[in-house]
Amino acid sequence: MTPAAPDMTILAVLAPFAAAAIAPFAVRILKHNAAWPLALVPFLIFAHFAGFVSGVSQGQTFTVAREWVPAYGVSLSFYIDGLSTLFALLISGIGTFIILYAGGYLKGHPQQGRFLSFLFLFMGAMLGLVTADNLITLFIFWELTSITSFLLIGFDHLRAASRRAALQALLVTGGGGLALLAGFLLIIQITGEIEMSKVLASGDVLRGSALYLPVFLLVLGGAFTKSAQFPFHFWLPNAMEAPTPVSAFLHSATMVKAGVYLLMRVHPVLGGTDIWMTVLPLFGGVTLLVGTLLAVRQTDLKLMLAYTTVASLGLLVMLTGTSNEKALEGAVLYLFAHSLFKGALFMVAGTIDHEAGTRDVTKLGGLRKAMPITFAAAALAGLSMAGLPPFIGFIAKEVLYYGTWGLPQGAMLLTVVAVIGNALMLVIAAAVAIKPFFGPEVHTPKHAHEGPVLLWVGPVVLSLTGLAAAMMAHTTGELFIGPMLSSLKGTPAIVELHLIPGYISAPLILSIITVALGVVLFLQLDRLRGIIASILAAIGWGPDRGFDQVVAAIVWISAVVTRLLQGGKMQTYMVLTFAVTGAALLLPPYLMGSFPAVPAWPEFRFYEWAVIAIAVLGLGAVLVAKTRLTAIVSLGIQGFAVATLFMLFGAPDLSFTQFMIETLSVVVLALVMTRLNLSPRDHRPFGAKLVTGIVAASVGAGFALVLMAVTQSPFDARLSEFFTQYSRAIAHGRNIVNVIIVDFRGFDTLGEIAVVVLTGLAVLGLIRIQTKTHAGEASAKTTKAAKSARKPVEAR
Amino acid sequence: MEAGFSVLIGLFFAVGVYLMLSRHIVHILIGITILGNAVNMLIFTAGRLTREVPPVIPPDLYVPAGATANPLPQALVLTAIVISFSFFAFLLVLAFRTYQELGTDDVNEMRVAEPKGEALPPQGY
Amino acid sequence: MRTVIFRTFAPFITALMVLFSIFVLLRGHNEPGGGFIGGLIAASALAIYGISAGVGPARRALKAHPMSIAAFGLLLAALSGLLSLFTRQAFMTSQWVTIDFLGVAVDLSTPMFFDIGVYLVVVGAIGSIALALEERESD
Repeated sequence: MTPAAPDMTILAVLAPFAAAAIAPFAVRILKHNAAWPLALVPFLIFAHFAGFVSGVSQGQTFTVAREWVPAYGVSLSFYIDGLSTLFALLISGIGTFIILYAGGYLKGHPQQGRFLSFLFLFMGAMLGLVTADNLITLFIFWELTSITSFLLIGFDHLRAASRRAALQALLVTGGGGLALLAGFLLIIQITGEIEMSKVLASGDVLRGSALYLPVFLLVLGGAFTKSAQFPFHFWLPNAMEAPTPVSAFLHSATMVKAGVYLLMRVHPVLGGTDIWMTVLPLFGGVTLLVGTLLAVRQTDLKLMLAYTTVASLGLLVMLTGTSNEKALEGAVLYLFAHSLFKGALFMVAGTIDHEAGTRDVTKLGGLRKAMPITFAAAALAGLSMAGLPPFIGFIAKEVLYYGTWGLPQGAMLLTVVAVIGNALMLVIAAAVAIKPFFGPEVHTPKHAHEGPVLLWVGPVVLSLTGLAAAMMAHTTGELFIGPMLSSLKGTPAIVELHLIPGYISAPLILSIITVALGVVLFLQLDRLRGIIASILAAIGWGPDRGFDQVVAAIVWISAVVTRLLQGGKMQTYMVLTFAVTGAALLLPPYLMGSFPAVPAWPEFRFYEWAVIAIAVLGLGAVLVAKTRLTAIVSLGIQGFAVATLFMLFGAPDLSFTQFMIETLSVVVLALVMTRLNLSPRDHRPFGAKLVTGIVAASVGAGFALVLMAVTQSPFDARLSEFFTQYSRAIAHGRNIVNVIIVDFRGFDTLGEIAVVVLTGLAVLGLIRIQTKTHAGEASAKTTKAAKSARKPVEAR
Repeated sequence: MEAGFSVLIGLFFAVGVYLMLSRHIVHILIGITILGNAVNMLIFTAGRLTREVPPVIPPDLYVPAGATANPLPQALVLTAIVISFSFFAFLLVLAFRTYQELGTDDVNEMRVAEPKGEALPPQGY
Repeated sequence: MRTVIFRTFAPFITALMVLFSIFVLLRGHNEPGGGFIGGLIAASALAIYGISAGVGPARRALKAHPMSIAAFGLLLAALSGLLSLFTRQAFMTSQWVTIDFLGVAVDLSTPMFFDIGVYLVVVGAIGSIALALEERESD
């Protein structure tokens, strides 16, 4: 055993991300053999976490932290206790063999490097998830697993089924993740702590909080979606579109357990309440039954395994929901056993598919001679799954029966559910692990033979570990199961495991009933399959189809809403925009009753009145102009009036500029307008006139009122004073306006002249396109107007 | 004085917006020009009005002798005038080109980007 | 628009306006005027010459493409701001030198070059737009 080195944990969690960056290059150089050196990464991580085992089993916990976003209290902090140690060991240990397996499974695949890269990304995210201490960091890793699983499920992105499955997994688990974030934020608010280790020390604060129910439901939303609990179970079987290494790693051993991990993690502070002990066993039990029954219906090896994974997750949630020590011990044991046998069986299924060319159980048989090593691994794992001695699965089943049998309430119901579930699990185990290998040899699409070492080393080691863990039951209990149970309970727990039951007890009898029931059902497998298929056909609807309907509905609703808001009528957009502008200007003063004071009659001099009158006349003339020329000239008049007003109120620079601009505007407008056959008058029906008139009047009134209010409030002249005082003293210029433009605020001006240059270029560009259209005269798209505009060219 | 200007500016805004709500592109252009004037005067007036004294320091002094017009809004408005003109020229050419390509000056008939009766987006993954 | 009188007088008006624009530009720092106004006057002069003599002659008289002039102006304005880096001051800190030219003290400053840059940008960009639109008129 390596010594414990908590400070290295950050490196251990980040190492897979580094491996992800290297993987594509390693594969380019070493081809599929790159899996060997790459598998060292998870192996070293495994060794690192193995260093904690002895300390953790003595009740120690470790925390290590680095600052990340200190302003928000987010830190890269990790918490090592029994729960996270076992999870980290499973992830890195199984991960080691998954990397090897992926090396063999995708041998020669052009994107193998990318695939390994994604796998490493996921591994890092998952390690971070189970070791993170900071709640926000935990959430980030949680969503990272959703994203990487999206990439892995959609790896074969050319197939629509893959894309659908990937999107489904992302939407379901990502959506749950958002609920989880909300839940975490509530937890942070209630306890005032952002580190999980401190939240766990808060005792009954969360249970006693008025916000317990929302926290409970939100955390459950995250856990149930991630761990595929009914009715969110549908994404998991669909995720079997992913290459088999992904199914073996993510969708059996690790990611889907994240939800269970979370429930176990928060159990000390959220568990044990009435609602916890009602909702979790209920949904877990239903998931267990639905999962096993649906698994029986399948004939595809991977789908059968996927549905039993759903069932196993249901069982784990059910047991966690009882908050009973013995049942929790069963859950921990079953989780451990399940990761080992399910990972192995998935890899076996993948190997069969790889070597025989099909994974339809009805088309397979007699493979034991062709694939002896794979068969051995499958048999060992299958026996563990079936819950037969001398495997860890057997011990797990014994303990969990012990737990459910001894429950203070609902013992009978949960025990019956567990027995039925386990019996069906045995049926699947037999169908997956035994049936393809026995019986007469069946012709398969490919000539079946043993796979390369990369393909069988994983399943063999994992299934042997399942056997060894049971043989050394006492050590397993002491080093792994006990510490993890302590984390669940929040108080130290001692676990005594024995492979051979010491006396005839209820659990042993239940085990015998389970096996008997399982064998009977297995012999009737084909009939059972038919019955379930006909029931499902009668129901005809499931959450999987529901997902399609929801997605279709979202697309439809957004299309309809878009069309409603953006109907393609610019007038509508403009009226809406200005109506909102007017309302925004007028409503606040109206609601708060803070209109500006009624001003005195303005004391303009007579020539000022004259200029104002000219401006108003110009505006009026623009409105009623009957010809283009009148409109342009009236526009010029109001512009010159504005320029004159600038002049009268001490702004000669503005005045000059305005004069020049107005002149140029009129010239330019005249140049363009005389060449176009535009309708000179603004025809609007009376209704439109009324609406646009009201909108325009309200905008005008709004700005007038705002300006009045502004000018009636005291004036802060500090900035203007500064410019006036220092214009000559430090900028050596007497024209203060010019000094501001070229010196004090020169950087602004630089940006502004850049805008002017860009507009010049844009205008030039627009006109250049025009010239090109001229060159392609014959193009069919020409319109009447375009032709009339082009006539002079043709005439030339 | 400022109150009187406020009313005048409100009038400019109203006329500008009214023209911009037209269906005809030329009226929209004229409306934009008037709106630009309205905004410029708004900024100018918000800096308070002073009659006839430009913010220029006499040659023999280091600071103006008395109160002058506020130089800051003038500097802001000066560049704004030039930029709004180049913007106006761009819009004008754009309108001109649009008219040549689409054969209409009615914005409600310019439906290339948002055609009428567009089909729903495709379903599927 | 192209009357005999207009065509005869246009070149003189143009020359006068360009001269006036430079005057307005240079006095801008101390009296009303400056790069924006000067540039607009010069651009108008260009537009008038374009209308009276045609866009082709106007472009030939200008030698460079108006957008090149604008781009040069932008470059000049940016470079004038960079000068301050040689004195280890922030970008666009103004620098002043007084040169004795034939017995007259001439103030040279980076804001002046900046203003000339503004002038060239406005002449170039606005002139380019005006000429481009007039070109549509003449063909």
